[in-house]
Amino acid sequence: MSSAAAPPAPSPTDPGRPSDPGEFFKLAYKRLSESIGAIGVGLLLVLLLEIVFFSLQSEFFLDWANFKNIGRAMTIIGIAAIGQTVVIIAGGFDLSVGSVMAAAGILSAFLINHGTPFALAIAAALGLGLIIGFFNGSIVAYLRINPLIATLATLSIVRGLAFVITSGQAEVISNETYLSVGTGSVFGIPTVVVLLIVLFLAVGFILPRTRFGRYAYAIGSNTRASRLSGIRVPRWQLCFYGLSGLLAAVAGCVTVARTGTAEPSANITAELEVITAVILGGASLAGGRGRLFGTFLGLAVLAILANGLILMGVASYWQQVVKGAVLLIAVVWDELRRTRRDVD
Amino acid sequence: MADGLLKLQGIEKRFGPVDVLRGVDLEIAPAEAVGLIGDNGAGKSTLVKILAGVYAPSGGTIAFEGSQVRFGSPLDARAAGIEVIYQDLALCEDLDVTANVFLGREPRKRFGPFLWLDRRAMRAEAGRVLERLGIELSPARMAGELSGGQRQLVAVARALEFSPRLLLMDEPTAALSNEKIHHLLNLVATLKERGVAVLLISHRFTDIIELCDRVIAMRDGKISAEIRPQSHRSTPEMMAEMQAALSGELPGAS
Repeated sequence: MSSAAAPPAPSPTDPGRPSDPGEFFKLAYKRLSESIGAIGVGLLLVLLLEIVFFSLQSEFFLDWANFKNIGRAMTIIGIAAIGQTVVIIAGGFDLSVGSVMAAAGILSAFLINHGTPFALAIAAALGLGLIIGFFNGSIVAYLRINPLIATLATLSIVRGLAFVITSGQAEVISNETYLSVGTGSVFGIPTVVVLLIVLFLAVGFILPRTRFGRYAYAIGSNTRASRLSGIRVPRWQLCFYGLSGLLAAVAGCVTVARTGTAEPSANITAELEVITAVILGGASLAGGRGRLFGTFLGLAVLAILANGLILMGVASYWQQVVKGAVLLIAVVWDELRRTRRDVD
Repeated sequence: MADGLLKLQGIEKRFGPVDVLRGVDLEIAPAEAVGLIGDNGAGKSTLVKILAGVYAPSGGTIAFEGSQVRFGSPLDARAAGIEVIYQDLALCEDLDVTANVFLGREPRKRFGPFLWLDRRAMRAEAGRVLERLGIELSPARMAGELSGGQRQLVAVARALEFSPRLLLMDEPTAALSNEKIHHLLNLVATLKERGVAVLLISHRFTDIIELCDRVIAMRDGKISAEIRPQSHRSTPEMMAEMQAALSGELPGAS
């Protein structure tokens, strides 16, 4: 790059190259925000600040083992956040994911403890998640019930049933394969983190390349226009909630694999963390906007925050306060973005 | 009009206890432009939605290109060759121009067991249809960033991409400046020359007089009058007659 003494006007033969550092950052910001969005850039900066701050606060922070911890901590919330992102992009909302996690985990553990092969037990658990998702979707799509209310009802029903069926008891598993998913690693990376990344990449690949993804954005952006152009809106809404239920079930099985037990009280209030990550990641509650990569960054910001606070020895009660505050900031930010867009 | 493109007979529509359409008969020939006027609540938009496959009629028959049709969804109507430009344009603001043009009818290609959006074909084709219509607009722009006039043109491009036989326009000029209205009407006039029939709903009588071969007035869910512009008649006379038709002073001509 040319020296600071160079004239500010860019040379005509080389218009692409910025001539001073200010220009350089402006251009870099423009390029970056074009590919990951202004929110993505903001989140990357927050992430960077967090890393610098916590590595100054704790000598253990910048440790490979600690990063593995952060990754593991991201998996359960993260897997459910993938489905939630799609639902929120499509203008919906799924509060039932925490309950679905518990129910799916319990079903898988119960089946395995009664002699069902591992793969079959997992398939049944995922099937349960899918069915609950379809149930949510059909209430929202065909009965036109507000998704917040519909999935709040499912949250309560499914959680309640989980307690009824287990009589409140935990189901402990000893299946080696199941446990190894929770403890094992692939090339030094925890298996569950690999699973998280693979799912993010897979759904991230599908969204811009299929009708599934495009109609999620279309329906979230303008449901009426989507219907008028011939999109079968209810059928697709069923699919979006189905995906959310399915991935919540995956997250539930990951919980069991990591903890070795399936409890009816598992993942209680997990839906709030899932939604915090998605909204923080830039998906708009009004629908039509959001990126999976944003959700991933939102997830990372939250996970690093929680991890850093633990390393600093901050009491866990305070962590809950901080999480709530972050959610508030994210929602207010979403609202501000929306109103600014309306003014334009 | 022996070989009509569209023939409606006794179309009725009830919403609960309310009779919105009470036996509408209407014929449109290929390349004919028909204006539809009427006060709010006369049933114009309901009629358009029945033709667009959004509502099913409660009674009556629709014949299109000589055969009886029954549209179960907007997709059926679009497949038959009927496109609609709605008053609010019905665009998705968070999608780009290309995605809006192809919304609901995206070309796909098979790869492995799945069907994938043919994004390259869509981008190229959207560029072509915009160019053909003389619209200077990048297909990659987000619909939410466009001006009212540009959105209107995107809605037109979407309707024309699939070579309709009949174009329904519900108050298409409501949000446009005079200059933009002129551009739009010229565009529609060229379509008409290419054999596309047009049904234009508008409160702006001048637009209708400029474009249409025939004007239909609706009142209380029925066709109340039909006005054929004759060459000797001046625009003010025509306007007066349309106004009279709206207020019910003209006996039904049809």
